[in-house]
Amino acid sequence: MCIAVPGKVTVIDEELNVATVEVGGTTKHASADLVPDIQVGDYVLVHAGFIINKLDEDDALETLKLFEEYMGVNLTEDRGK
Amino acid sequence: MSDNIILLSHGAGGKKSSELTEKVFLKHFTDPALLELNDMAVLELPPGRLSISTDTYVIDPIFFPGGDIGSLAVHGTVNDVAMSGARPIALSAGFVLEEGLSIADLERIAASMARAAGQAGVRIVTADTKVVPRGAADKLFINTTGIGVIPGNLEIGGGQASEGDRVLISGTIGDHGIAVASSREGIDLTTPVVSDSAPLNGMIGELVASLGSDIHVLRDPTRGGLATVLSEIASHSSVGIAIQESAIPVRDTVRGACELLGYDPLYLANEGKLVVVAAEKAHEEALRIMQNHPYGSDAVLIGTVTGERPGKVVLNTLMGGTRLVDKLSGEMLPRIC
Amino acid sequence: MKYLDEYRDPRVAKALLEKIHGSAGRIDREIRIMEICGSHTVSIFRAGIKSLLPENVRLVSGPGCPVCVTAMSDMDRMIALASPPDGTDTLVATFGDMIRVPGTKTSLEAEMASGADVRIATSPLDAVMWARKHFEKSVVFLGVGFETTSPTIAATVLKARKSGLKNLFVYPAFKLLPPALVALLETPDIAIDGFLCPGHVSVMLGADAYRPVAARYEKPCVIAGFEPIDILLGISNICDQLAENKHEVANAYGRAVSNGGNVKAMGILDQVFEPVDAPWRGLGTIPASGLGFREEFAAYDAIRRFGLDSVEAGSEPKGCACGEVLRGLMDPPRCPLFGKACTPDSPVGSCMVSSEGSCAAWYKYSS
Repeated sequence: MCIAVPGKVTVIDEELNVATVEVGGTTKHASADLVPDIQVGDYVLVHAGFIINKLDEDDALETLKLFEEYMGVNLTEDRGK
Repeated sequence: MSDNIILLSHGAGGKKSSELTEKVFLKHFTDPALLELNDMAVLELPPGRLSISTDTYVIDPIFFPGGDIGSLAVHGTVNDVAMSGARPIALSAGFVLEEGLSIADLERIAASMARAAGQAGVRIVTADTKVVPRGAADKLFINTTGIGVIPGNLEIGGGQASEGDRVLISGTIGDHGIAVASSREGIDLTTPVVSDSAPLNGMIGELVASLGSDIHVLRDPTRGGLATVLSEIASHSSVGIAIQESAIPVRDTVRGACELLGYDPLYLANEGKLVVVAAEKAHEEALRIMQNHPYGSDAVLIGTVTGERPGKVVLNTLMGGTRLVDKLSGEMLPRIC
Repeated sequence: MKYLDEYRDPRVAKALLEKIHGSAGRIDREIRIMEICGSHTVSIFRAGIKSLLPENVRLVSGPGCPVCVTAMSDMDRMIALASPPDGTDTLVATFGDMIRVPGTKTSLEAEMASGADVRIATSPLDAVMWARKHFEKSVVFLGVGFETTSPTIAATVLKARKSGLKNLFVYPAFKLLPPALVALLETPDIAIDGFLCPGHVSVMLGADAYRPVAARYEKPCVIAGFEPIDILLGISNICDQLAENKHEVANAYGRAVSNGGNVKAMGILDQVFEPVDAPWRGLGTIPASGLGFREEFAAYDAIRRFGLDSVEAGSEPKGCACGEVLRGLMDPPRCPLFGKACTPDSPVGSCMVSSEGSCAAWYKYSS
């Protein structure tokens, strides 16, 4: 239905309310008009040139920990990309 | 002003045409056969069967990261000639120029073609130029026809894959497609992706010299990408092909750009990659030869030729599932869905 | 790539699949799960998930592909914008998804080939840029999409108003998901045990939006992301619920979806648009399931501006079973046109033309 990609905010142009978002070695400008208070360093979802939400890092970590506990695999090693 | 752009009179066959030939083309195209300035070139050929291929290049933009329309026109045709196992020998070059094209750009492209031909070890032996009114072409189009000679009695072709063969690729896929698309779609690549545009005849020469008839199919996955080439081989040879998703090399940047644009790297164009289908007993040696070559350092085994589901390509997915891989239908468009 | 690679780990997939096989094994009948969203359909096919599920778990594709549910009447009117009845010089801006969709007589692709100015946008903001650059033209953006996409277009309209643009218009063919879900559940012959709910629509709507549906129709509704692991998590949760006779809303995409959704985005959507009855391909007209411009923003409405009501709207192509496919009543290969008259190269129905339509996915990835 809707492709949206997770990426990291690297720059915010306050005047235009546009963020630079990095997705696996590519960067794209995305409007921050649909979300309150985005910070540099946030992970966000981008759809059709707009940030549609901030990603909740705590929730993601919790899910990964769940995988690890139940399945005996290690996923939280820093993939840092 | 009129000194630095292409005018209709540059194509009229008179003084201006000679001027353009001398000042731009002959500066870079210096093969003795071409310098005869006949309407044809006469060549001595070694014994063997002739491999001939023609292709027309209309790429936009004409300059892209890692190459330009000129180097692409040389590499593309050299590679097509070489896919029969032939040693490419000579190229012709036909130019359709749009009125108003910058002569500096044209010269840059001619120089790039000469350089690419030199590196590939082929001669540009005959050329032609036409000029069309503004709007009748997009900057310039180039047609190159190439000839080469096939050594011995090699039978390399899309219909030669047989059950048990191994499928190899010479490196990462999608680099050219993303290099070109990113300059078109306004994506900035933090780590620039450059086109893989390269001549593959050197690597092919070594493969053929060492392994001869154990090399069954050679293909360069250009438009339509790896998926389309494998589908074509499967149907021409009436075999099944099974490939491993985890084995297919894709750069992170290319993956990122594909995520953003909704593209599948399997369908992206490549201009310097080689798909090899080789007999099982020869595939390790083939890999070694490829990996020792500058254009094949990332070569890997990606799959096998099977007797199941003739004409189909089956992908074993990362998740451990299977799915079919079909030819590309239509043009890839950036999507939101 | 963070937030992608972790959800593509084969080891986790294996463990989840074991779990799914376990729960499905406790249910001695066929379980039918509808993935509403077309992006789920494509992910499921691309990862080969169907080949890994237990025999009694069947995935059925739903009506969540905005291209597929666009009615022929809307399609014909959008194509007409390329050369509108009043002769206005237009520039039609559209997402790439719509380019090849066949109207009754022609398509945007064919109009482009005949010289119409049709351009592919990767964001509705591209239309603002083109409107600024070409003020001699009327720039019309084709507004197609669900709740993920429509707020981006509402924000674009606000931007156009702020910068005083007079030559930007939107054709509102948006669809709302919850009314369609209810319409599906009210279909007499529908047999679905649980719903895999669309991750990115839910980013906007919030998980709470599904609670009335899950309670009233007693079906598990599980929100899932689009990576293979996300989808397996969702399927696993549905199977667990069915094994225990539960029917709750669960959020298996917590990193992106909250209970309340994106309040700011939905507020912007509500500021510009209001619910209207809308025609869906294959489902008919569903009350309050589309969006029209509020009076305050009527100046941006392409339908009013170009008098498109006069454009004759065609009907659905003969023999095409897109409607049954979209309602999950028929698998694509059972349509008489599938793979014969209707292929991705020459699509008859919209489910074949959209890259995320279920017919296209069946055709491309399985046989």
